[in-house]
Amino acid sequence: MGANIYRNKKPALVFLLPAFLFMVVFLYYPFFKNILNSFMHLKQLGASATEFNTPWYTNYEEMLHDPNVWTSVKNTIIMMLVTLIGQVGIAIILALMVDNISRGKQFFRTVFFFPIVISATALGLMFNLIFLRDKGMVNQILEILGKQNLTDWKAEGIALVTMMAPVMWQYVGFYFVILVTGLNNISEELYEAARIDGATALQRVRYISVPLLHNVICTCSVLAVTGALKVFDLPWVMFPKGMPLKSTFLTGTYMYYQTMETKNVDYGAALAVLIVVLGVILAKVVNAIFREKDY
Amino acid sequence: MTKKKTLSPGLIVVYVILIIWALTTVYPIIWVIQNAFKAKNKILENSFALPTGDLFTMANFRKAFETTDIFGAYKSSLFISTMVALLVVLLAGMGAYALARYKFPGSSLINSLVIGAMMFPAFATVIAVFQMEFRWGLANTGSWLRNMMSVILPQVAGNMAFAMVVLTGYIKGLPIELEEAAYMEGCNAFQIYFKVIMPLTKPSFATVAIFSFLWSYNDLFTQSFFLRRPDMYSITMMLNNISAKEGTDYGLMAAVVALIIVPVIIVYCCLQKYIIKGMIAGAVKG
Repeated sequence: MGANIYRNKKPALVFLLPAFLFMVVFLYYPFFKNILNSFMHLKQLGASATEFNTPWYTNYEEMLHDPNVWTSVKNTIIMMLVTLIGQVGIAIILALMVDNISRGKQFFRTVFFFPIVISATALGLMFNLIFLRDKGMVNQILEILGKQNLTDWKAEGIALVTMMAPVMWQYVGFYFVILVTGLNNISEELYEAARIDGATALQRVRYISVPLLHNVICTCSVLAVTGALKVFDLPWVMFPKGMPLKSTFLTGTYMYYQTMETKNVDYGAALAVLIVVLGVILAKVVNAIFREKDY
Repeated sequence: MTKKKTLSPGLIVVYVILIIWALTTVYPIIWVIQNAFKAKNKILENSFALPTGDLFTMANFRKAFETTDIFGAYKSSLFISTMVALLVVLLAGMGAYALARYKFPGSSLINSLVIGAMMFPAFATVIAVFQMEFRWGLANTGSWLRNMMSVILPQVAGNMAFAMVVLTGYIKGLPIELEEAAYMEGCNAFQIYFKVIMPLTKPSFATVAIFSFLWSYNDLFTQSFFLRRPDMYSITMMLNNISAKEGTDYGLMAAVVALIIVPVIIVYCCLQKYIIKGMIAGAVKG
């Protein structure tokens, strides 16, 4: 019976066509065009490529000798570790805590989540004020605590910390909500049985919550690592053009810098290819490490 | 079994830690808002004081409205994001319906193409999309509407695949008997879609629409490629621009941030259940 309605396949074509056209025209075609662009010479953004670079792999050769590429790849990998350990780690602790309290669950859920809703651009401006050298919020707090000299949070050396802390902070609530949902799915009877057997709260967490949360933690880890590759807005607003001394570039911000600021468009295209390759490799690695288990 | 919980020392520690993290998410916003009401030279003296008495001033907000076209930016951003959300819901909904219900040669190929499309990072397509739209006369023109379209189209495409995956899953779970009944009454496939499927899929549409809207509203990367004329700035572009130009006027910065953040917080408080659901569903997006 069900097959009868959908035996005539023509409507399916009409239903699928618009969505499919969008994906082909604005995703698949530009994706391959971009790879081609990376071998061509582009005078400016918007100009069509007319000739190949000589030799055609010029941009990729330049990449090998470009110290900023190595800085940005290194920073991106650091960013990944920070988001993985910081975001997911803090989120696990907070989720386990909230799971064990009875009052205020909903409140904490709402409050922890809400930085994600605010644009990273606005948060970047906010953190510029918070990390201001001359009496930003952080330096004022440190002063009240008795610290004598002011810290320049945007100086070389510490700039990476100043950039990554807000990125990490913003998304903790995201993984927190996923993990809390996972914890809610664990049957109350298991805890009940453990309680009767005399397990302490910590033992219940260690032997029930954490093992049963394994798959959810894996999902979060994969999302955190792949998410780190997409970070752009907040670092660009806080540390435009890789300042200080081009030490804070991430792969995304460096690609933008080359394309928009130095107008080296075809090099930007090549960097975009690098981002994709990096993404594919990392996704494979992460999926191998955090393989989901069946229970 | 209801156990009366007493406030054990362990529980107090738990609450203290949770409240500390809650403070890190809430207090910075309050701090920025309160400093937006202080003269820029007073902020530096004591930023933790409430803006009362002599400290209070509206000068920053006056300057914010003078130096930036904040209403224009709101207009652009709301237009772009609303269009993105509407187009994504409409087109992805139709596509998802076809994927969920029709079996035809090549449907598994199309399925994998959709899943593959989720993986493209915006970095990898933006230059070529700009080239293409420039050739079409969409990008970098004097026309407001055409410039808006140049942002809307790639953003719709960017959200399409994720939306189709979410919606296909949902439509597959709907009972087919309703469609059969409608078919018996003489509805064709399009009537079935608009009269049966669409109303039933509303919750999932809301999830997808909210995510697409917020993603587009908060995006800086794509918009900074396509909206380069100051009179067409969206909110994120305006923020980025003003921080580059007037980044040292801390009072103005605080006021602008407050003007942008407060409406979002209000909307979030009203719709938080749906927003959280939408954002989590969007996690699969590349």
